[in-house]
Amino acid sequence: MRVPGIEDKSPVLAEAVVPEFYQDLHTDLMFLNVGPSHPASHGTLRTFVALDGETIAAAVTEIGYLHRGFEKTCELRTYNQCIPYTDRLNYCSAILNNIGFAKAAERLMGVEITDRCKFVRVIVGEMMRVVDHLICIGTNLVDIGALSNFWFLYNKREQVYTILERLTGARLTNSFTRIGGLARDLYDGFEADTLAVLADIEKAAVNVQSLVAKNRIFVDRTQGICILTPERAISYGFTGPNLRATGVPLDLRKTQPYYHYDAFDFDIAVGSKGDTYDRIMVRFIEIEQSIRIIRQAIKMLPGGPINVDDKRVTLPGKADTYQNIEGLINHFKLIFEGVKAPVGEVYDATEAANGELGFYIVSDGSGYPYKVKCRPPCFYAFNAFHEMVEGHMIADLVATLGSINIIAGELER
Amino acid sequence: MGVSANAVLANVQRLYPNFFTLSPTQEAVLVVPLANLLETLTKLRQDPDLNFNFLMDLTIIDYLTHPVPRKTRFEVVYQLFALESAARLRVKAAVQQAESIQSVTGLWAAADWAEREAWEMYGLKFDGHTNLRRLLTHKDFVGYPLRKDYPAKKRQPLNDSDTLLEEMEQRLVFKGLKTVEVEG
Repeated sequence: MRVPGIEDKSPVLAEAVVPEFYQDLHTDLMFLNVGPSHPASHGTLRTFVALDGETIAAAVTEIGYLHRGFEKTCELRTYNQCIPYTDRLNYCSAILNNIGFAKAAERLMGVEITDRCKFVRVIVGEMMRVVDHLICIGTNLVDIGALSNFWFLYNKREQVYTILERLTGARLTNSFTRIGGLARDLYDGFEADTLAVLADIEKAAVNVQSLVAKNRIFVDRTQGICILTPERAISYGFTGPNLRATGVPLDLRKTQPYYHYDAFDFDIAVGSKGDTYDRIMVRFIEIEQSIRIIRQAIKMLPGGPINVDDKRVTLPGKADTYQNIEGLINHFKLIFEGVKAPVGEVYDATEAANGELGFYIVSDGSGYPYKVKCRPPCFYAFNAFHEMVEGHMIADLVATLGSINIIAGELER
Repeated sequence: MGVSANAVLANVQRLYPNFFTLSPTQEAVLVVPLANLLETLTKLRQDPDLNFNFLMDLTIIDYLTHPVPRKTRFEVVYQLFALESAARLRVKAAVQQAESIQSVTGLWAAADWAEREAWEMYGLKFDGHTNLRRLLTHKDFVGYPLRKDYPAKKRQPLNDSDTLLEEMEQRLVFKGLKTVEVEG
């Protein structure tokens, strides 16, 4: 429910509204560090602001507190060894990163994965998108002061993690993909578990929406706050929900469909103003749409092998490894030398929870990538953060930081 | 979606027949001389028929230990994307260690942090960037960590935190608030 007539709510700087008798009063800008360590800063992010009263006159950001050399590390690992490191990029939706990296590497190697693998990647990937949005909305609402919503959403996230635990062996850092396939196939009963959780998530999302969408406090706190125009958003390289909130319908699942996304019936959520409210609401709709995709994908899920039948890429079965010498050598070569990629390079992008997650991989022909450059969606969103918050209040900074869903793990790599 | 990606890329190929190639992974790549780089990128961004309005990513490659020999050590790489046609194009230029690259911050705001990161990791200067300071690494960090001759295990204990005052001052001037700050 949009309140009509609200455009940009940014208050003008104090000098314009100060009553005449205050004008002789000596006032200065006050400098304040917001973060790096603050419960509302979603990771160690530092924003240094110049305040005019409670209004932010100017802001600069400092990042790098969680930089750990992902790209340098990858150069010293085989392609499959890189996958656990990709978990730690956007740790709220680890499998989407696994998929992004594996897809880029497979394209470089010319490996075509099986249909079943594609569908399983879609199903699990969309589950991760749902979880990512649940976390983003849940924590954002906590920042605004609506704590009960957090429990509605976080409990559902726990249910998804229980499924992922059975499926991948880990709750948060799943490392589920392998070059040429997946670590393992779905377990018996996965479909039923998933469909049951999806129904619960739908209910929770509807409940939370009914609590916030028309809530006066929420609407006041989010509508018309920290607007970014589509032109600026494009120039800054915004992608994903943050870009779609400004009204630009860019979704790689539609514009360059991979993994049979064109076979599913789903809509792209777009906003109209590009304010905090739109960024949150777009994510609500994307949860619904992802659930639609998962339901269709489960119905269409084909049988067959999960990994490609290519000895240069896929590890042999355990029986082969332990019982015949060729299998043992095959296993040994793949583990020690890695899956080899031809000399060349590739840039491949997938639609991750936060937007375009790209991997640019340069190969020297060995089993180790010569260079890996990750294009994290957060990095380009946070670049615009200072421009978005200027002219708004400190409390809006907190609400906006949550709504653009900055994940320090992928921001700083 | 008015124009197709293929039409846009055909247009690029017609404009730069000598520089255009298609990689084995079916990606369109434009390898231009460094001297023509800014001019080419400006054309790609501003020509309404091409309209590459996204700078998706920017990075540098250090070919020091690459088995295929090359004349230049570095290469700067831009990943472009055009919203309207969904065309993707990679633009590359070979760079010597002593050379600097012209900044594209005037074309895409995304280049601001992307160039800062490329500079701090590889040590190639971007001319015309107004705030070329370290982004992901500490302000006192010495060396360029993604260069192939920087040892991965090297450690530098650094403690002083950045006051950010210099950067803030620049921002205040940009916002026209600097006079307020000086009076105080």
